[in-house]
This record gives sequence, structure tokens and C-alpha cells, in this order.
Amino acid sequence: MANQKQDSIMSIQNLTKVFKSGLFKPEVTVAVKDVSFEMRPGTILSLVGESGSGKTTIGKLILKLLQPTGGKILYKGKDITAIKDKEGLKEYYRRVQAIFQDPFSSFNPLYRVDRVFDMVFKSFLNEDNKEEKIYKALESVNLNPERILNKFPHQLSGGQLQRLLIARALLLDVDILVADELISMLDASTRIGVLNLLVELCKKNGMSVLFITHDLNLGYYVSDYTLIMYKGRLVERGSTRKVYENPIHPYTKMLFNSVPDIGKMWDRSKEFLPEQVVHDVRKFYKENQGRGFEEVEEEHGVLFSDTY
Amino acid sequence: MAAREFWKRHENLYFALTNKKVLIGISIFTLMILLAIFGPALTPYSYDEFAGEGYLPPSKDHLFGTTLMGKDVFTRTVYGLRSTFAVGFIAGTIATLIGCIIGFLAGYYGKWIDEALMMITNIFLVFPLLALLIILAAYLPYRGIMTISIIVGMTAWPWTARAVRSQTLSIKNQGYVNLSRISGISVFRILREDIAANMFSYVFMVYILQFSGTILAAVGLEFLGLGPTQGVSLGLVMQNAVNWNAIQLGLWWWAILPGLVLTILVVSLYFINTGLDEVFNPRLREM
Amino acid sequence: MRENILEIRELKAYYKILKGDVKALDGVTFNVRRGEILGVAGESGCGKSTLASTLIYRKPPLKYISGEARLLGQDIMKMPEREFKKLRLKNISIIPQYALDAFSPTKKIKTFIGDLVSEHGIRPNKKFYDKVAERLDMVNLDPSVLNRYSIELSGGMKQRIIMIISSILDPDFLIADEITSALDVSSQRFVANLLANLRDEGIIGSAMFITHDLSILYQIAERIMIMYAGHFAEIGPTDEIVKNPRHPYTKALLASLPQVGIQYKDKRLTGIKGTPPHLLNIGPGCRFRFRCPYRTEKCEETPLREKVNEDHYVSCWNSKNIGSDNHG
Repeated sequence: MANQKQDSIMSIQNLTKVFKSGLFKPEVTVAVKDVSFEMRPGTILSLVGESGSGKTTIGKLILKLLQPTGGKILYKGKDITAIKDKEGLKEYYRRVQAIFQDPFSSFNPLYRVDRVFDMVFKSFLNEDNKEEKIYKALESVNLNPERILNKFPHQLSGGQLQRLLIARALLLDVDILVADELISMLDASTRIGVLNLLVELCKKNGMSVLFITHDLNLGYYVSDYTLIMYKGRLVERGSTRKVYENPIHPYTKMLFNSVPDIGKMWDRSKEFLPEQVVHDVRKFYKENQGRGFEEVEEEHGVLFSDTY
Repeated sequence: MAAREFWKRHENLYFALTNKKVLIGISIFTLMILLAIFGPALTPYSYDEFAGEGYLPPSKDHLFGTTLMGKDVFTRTVYGLRSTFAVGFIAGTIATLIGCIIGFLAGYYGKWIDEALMMITNIFLVFPLLALLIILAAYLPYRGIMTISIIVGMTAWPWTARAVRSQTLSIKNQGYVNLSRISGISVFRILREDIAANMFSYVFMVYILQFSGTILAAVGLEFLGLGPTQGVSLGLVMQNAVNWNAIQLGLWWWAILPGLVLTILVVSLYFINTGLDEVFNPRLREM
Repeated sequence: MRENILEIRELKAYYKILKGDVKALDGVTFNVRRGEILGVAGESGCGKSTLASTLIYRKPPLKYISGEARLLGQDIMKMPEREFKKLRLKNISIIPQYALDAFSPTKKIKTFIGDLVSEHGIRPNKKFYDKVAERLDMVNLDPSVLNRYSIELSGGMKQRIIMIISSILDPDFLIADEITSALDVSSQRFVANLLANLRDEGIIGSAMFITHDLSILYQIAERIMIMYAGHFAEIGPTDEIVKNPRHPYTKALLASLPQVGIQYKDKRLTGIKGTPPHLLNIGPGCRFRFRCPYRTEKCEETPLREKVNEDHYVSCWNSKNIGSDNHG
């Protein structure tokens, strides 16, 4: 752990987000509760969870699209949750960027796709050799600039649009890239190309990528570290191999049991109920009462009980 | 080639002009406007004069016949159409404006602003508007077209506000708004280029609906005898017809023909609206 | 060999739009046998959902062009709509894509179900609801869900309700269109298993499971059909398709599937370059040729469907080369 802290570029500490709605009878939803992890340069961290697990909220908190209720987000040792002024925000976004799930809604349909480059140049970059820089970035994500620039979003495919956004991140030479379900809307045959590209660039440029996904197979394929989220809690984290080979939390176990995999048949003789996991988790927490989040081996931690 | 480029760039316009419903709707609507503008010039009578014998069925001299007292129904209808257009335009604009501003603020800022504005909207929505209108109208001894329009416009906005609010909410959560935010773009530019610009077609359609909605609301008021005290309007013509038992006396043209004109006008707006819905909604267009 | 419930021959259905024909389903031939689950896979725009719509409701601009679709011997393409309606739910039934969004937020589940089935001429009386309750029990739902509103239920629960309603009259043939796509991993497994259980217990005669996810089909389908850009690509037993694909598209699709146990560091998966062609007024020829590593001149002609192995059919001029590549 000591080693991990040393070279981490972003440190998430006890992050909590509570949503309140309703003026008279406030409804409280705990979207993220007490989540901590580190991000290191040149590594891919996958944040795995089902819908409502809080994984997207974590992405938005890091991007400052939401304000946390509690906890800290340290970027290069500085707490960024306190940044409020325009200049400070700009400085932060210069190095921390994102790619969202739906390529078609990531582009304003009324403008040509070039607008995403124009915006970053206007805000962050020197406009000298602008065109040349854009061409270079597009070519490095295997896009032909002639065929991409000056087009409207609906004239391009989802795969092309996501590559374009990767090119945008490249132009900025970002430290941290939040990729929220970036390929879940793409077809099987095109998604792998985008994914390979992302990993390649991450390794080459020393980017730190937070790969948010619900797809365990994809998570395993790309990531060095894995975080498993369940109902707003980080229930298991560690190096991808260790978490996948030796899952301990009942929720993680259930996930690995239900993922469809070619060449590995589900055991259909055993009854499988998705509702069962709620009871399993409760039982697990009860048995381990008093324990909290503990490291079970090097680079592998598990939440044993949520009532510590 | 140049023409092709133009249509490529203005794809929505192309689809609008090739959509049958939009074309039919616009044609009828234009005819109605022309009738309202040039109609009075086509008729030798004025709307209040006794133009001939009473009880005349439609003929060459009196296209829509005459009333019991001998007023020319066609003349009254085209003058009435003018004021109906005026009501639709003024009241529709007022309702759309108020609705857009309230809906936009509520949707964009959310939290307590949203709660407060939506509470006001809901109060207006469930308030017995007819009672309010009757009191207001009765309180004002002299009512012109303008007064009627303002009264109708001030009460017709709540559903627009709700529709615009939900539209703003959905656009606010689009990926491109978030992308602009993390691109260091100013809030003002995001509001203008990402949110307002993408709501334009929606607001336009809301306006068309408000146009026909306020026309019908005004006719309803007039029919109850709360219409303008000066001038003439379609609702007033029909109210007179009913007051004089026109149908029972066999003067069907007095009531039916102005009503038909009103129906055609509202239907043409409906056609434009559903047609544009197909145009602006790409998924429907593809199918 | 088992009886064929559905026989499709050279079925074509196009979207007739202003600019011409979108040839979304262009000459597809296959059978569905009693007691089997046939998986239909392919990427978006391959025609798999058009196939479902063609069989059930052809809303304009989707138009039937030619070919046959025989359900229990009757050609349902040439059948008047009123006749076909009588087969709905009893002989043929569908779980449409996006069915989860179809729940009315203002109606109780019970009312929603009642309205739905009465459209198909079933009276939602006590006997009907007793049967519903019995089936709900089978999918591990308490009958009290009938008195709840749709927002109170999770996606997985709603999908289960839709599944038991669409199979309430024990149809011979059920089309399941992307029933797992919008669900979480755990619900996916339950819903896919449920489809197989319905078949095992004889509640449905057979099913066509349409999805983009080959790995789910591997779990429950006996045979898999692969489609590409409106064309039939390949059909065969699941194991055969997975281990010995004979169409270059199937092969590429399998090579792009991530599996637990494969990491980027150790083995690089490969995608397919390019995108599927636009189907508007598309001419003859193999539609995969623009992205195909096995492309030859012959591919300018539309490939014919040929038998390559027991129960294994392929539409590709070069399937022999691909077969030998698999073993080499």
C-alpha cells in the first residue's frame, strides 16, 4: 500500500455522495458511500458494477460534474473538491478528461464534429498549427481526417465518434481519463478496435484510465486493477487477476457466476435467483460483524461488513 | 451541386418541405391567412351593416348566406377570422414565452427553484380557470381583442412550462452538455449553443399547439358571451347564431359555416404539428 | 428429425422510404424445430429485429416483398391480418425489444396485463389471473406484484412479467427480441435460464432468441443463426458455430469476443475494420466483402446457401478455405 500511495496521481478518500430531493419531504438516496482508491499513471482501473451501484456517480464526482457530500478527491496531492473558481476549474480540466457512454449524445447534433476540437483549443491550447495538431491526433486514433472533419455527428458511426473523443483527450495529453461505458453502445466487431486503442495510448502516454463498465469480460481484458461496486459501496478491490481468480465478497462471486462466457456453461441444474444475493450479502456482513474493509492479501481488499 | 449542398445543410427544412402533412397543413393555413387579409376586400359589406334581406341561404351575393336580421355571414366570418388570428398570435406568443421562461429556469436550475416554480405552475394548472376568466372578463366592461388575448395567454402557459421543463431536463443531461462543461466553456455559451439551440424545434412546435389552443380557448370565452365588446370574432358569430336559435329556425349556414372555417384552421395547425414531429424526430423519419 | 414449427424460405422485407428501398431483410432461409431454442445473432442493422417485425407486425414502411414463412404449415405472410390475429399468443407470440419501456406508469400491473390481453381477445377474468398467479410463482414472483405500479419493480422483474404474459397461452413459437440487453448481469442469467425452462416444461414449443450477445446464446441455444447486413450468413449447431465457424463474419465476431481469462497483456483480440454497408438501394454481391480478408472476385455475386456439414449451412463462396483455416 505504501508503494501504491507514492506514485498515485489521484487519490479518492472516503468519497460519499447523497442525493436529496423534495422540498418538504426530502427523499435521501445514498449513491456513493465511503469509497477510497488510488489511480496511478499508465494503468487502467476498471470500476465494475450493475445499474444503480454508484459507478457513474463516482465518474461524475471526479469530473466535478457533481459536488461530493463528503470525502476528498486529491489530484497531485491537492483536494479538488474545493475548486470553485473558473480558472481553477479550467486548469483541472486541462488534465482530467472524459469520454461518455453514448457517442451520439456526446456531440451537439447542430454542430459539425470539429466543434469538440475548437472548444478545447479555445479553452486550453495554443492555436498555432491547430490544424496540424488535429490531423496528427486523428491519425493516431486511426481516423482519416479528410473523412471526419466538417461532418455532422449523424454522418459518422458510433465507433468513429468515440475514436474522435479519444483523439480529443490525446490533444490535451491528459493525466486522467474517465471512460464511462465508452464501448457499451458499440457493436462487438467495432468495440474491440476502440478498446485496444485506448489501452495502447494509456500505456504509451502514461495516462491513468478509469474504465467504468458493467461488462466483466471487458473489464478483465483491459484492466490492471478492478474495483467492484455494490449499492454505493466498494465491496472488493485489487489487482484484476487476484479479484477474478479469488473473489471473496458474495456479490463479486455472484457476478462472476452469472457472466455468460463462451466455452463455460452455466450450471443450469442449480437454481439461480438474482434476489438471493441480497440475503447472501447480509449474511456475510453479519458473520463478519465488526470487521471493515480489510486487505486479504497484497493488492486485494474486501469489505467484510458495512457496520464497522 | 450547390443546391444539393444547401439541402444537405438544411436537412430539416428539406424533410419539412417534402412531408405531406406539413405541406397540406401549411397550404390550408396560408389560404386561411389570405382569406383573413383579403377577405374583407372581397366583400362589399361591412360586418355590422344590414346587407340585405334576412334568412337568405348561401348564394352568389351572400356566399355564407345572411343572418336572421340580414347581416352577411361571410363578411362577419372573414372579419372574425382576422381577430381569431390576432388572438392566436398574441395569446399564443404570451403563453409560449411565459411557459418557456418558467420551464427553462425550473429545468435548468433544479433544486428549490424548480420546486417553487413547479408549485406555481401546478396551482395554475388545477385552478378553475373558467371561473377566473369569467370574473376577469365580467369585471372589465370594455374588452377588446387585445384584452381577451392577454387573459387567455396568461392562463394557457402552465402545460408549456411543464413540457419545456422536462425537455430542458433531458437536454441538460445529454452527453454534449457535460462535454462542453469539461471543455471549459462558459455557462452562457452552453445555455445558448447546447441547450437553447436544441430546444428551438421543440419550442416551435409548442408554439403551434399554443396557437390553436388559445384560439379555441378564446372562442370558448366568446361563446359564453365573454368575448370582445367591440368588433366581431368567430366565437361571437356562433354565439349569436345559437342565441337566435339559428339551427332550429333552419339557418344552418349561420352557425355551421363559421364553425367549419374555425375547424379547418385548427386542423391545419394540427397537421403542421404532427408533420413537424415526424421531421424533427429522426427516428420517425427513418422509418 | 423433429417437426419444423417454422419454415422460412427466401424471405425478403424492405423498408420502402422516399429515397428507395432499405433492404433490411434480403433472402433469409431457415427452420425452427419443435423443442429447440434457435439463437439469432448479429450486430445492429443486421436484420435480426426486422426479421421479428416481419413475422409479427409489418408496420409501414416495412413491406413484405417475397418468400415464404410457414408457421405449422400455414404461410403467415399471405394470411389476412384478421386470420393472423387468431394465431397470436396461441401459436406465435413475441417479447418485443424495449418491452420494458412499454409499462404504463399510471396503471397497476394487473390493469396493464388485462388491457394487453384483451386486445388479443382474451377476457382477463378470475381464471386468467389464477393462471397468471401460478406462472408468477414459477418465476419466483409473489402474486402481490399485480397490485403494484411499474416503477416499484426492477427491470428484471418487469422482464419476467412480460415473459409469462407472452407465453400465457402456451404458444408453439415464441420470439424473444433482445430480452436480456437492458438488464444487469444477474438478471440476464435468470431471464435466459427462464426461457430455457419454459421450453423444458413444454410451456412454449420453441423459441427464436434474438440478441447481439453470442456468449448468452452459447448458454441456452441449440443452434445459432448469424446474420449480416440483411443477409443470412451461417446457421448450425451451437458448438459447431463456436468451434468451427465457416463464414468469415462469424469467425471475426468470435475473435472479437472478450472472455474471462484473456487479458490485453497476453492476447490481443481483433475487431473488424470498417462498418456495415448502407442498405439503401444496395446492389448484389456478398455484403461482407468490404471488410472480408477472404474476399475474391466471385464475391461480387450474392453467395448461395450451401450445406457444409451435417445441419450446418453457410452463404459464402470461400467457406472451404475458412474451414481448413480453422483446423490448420
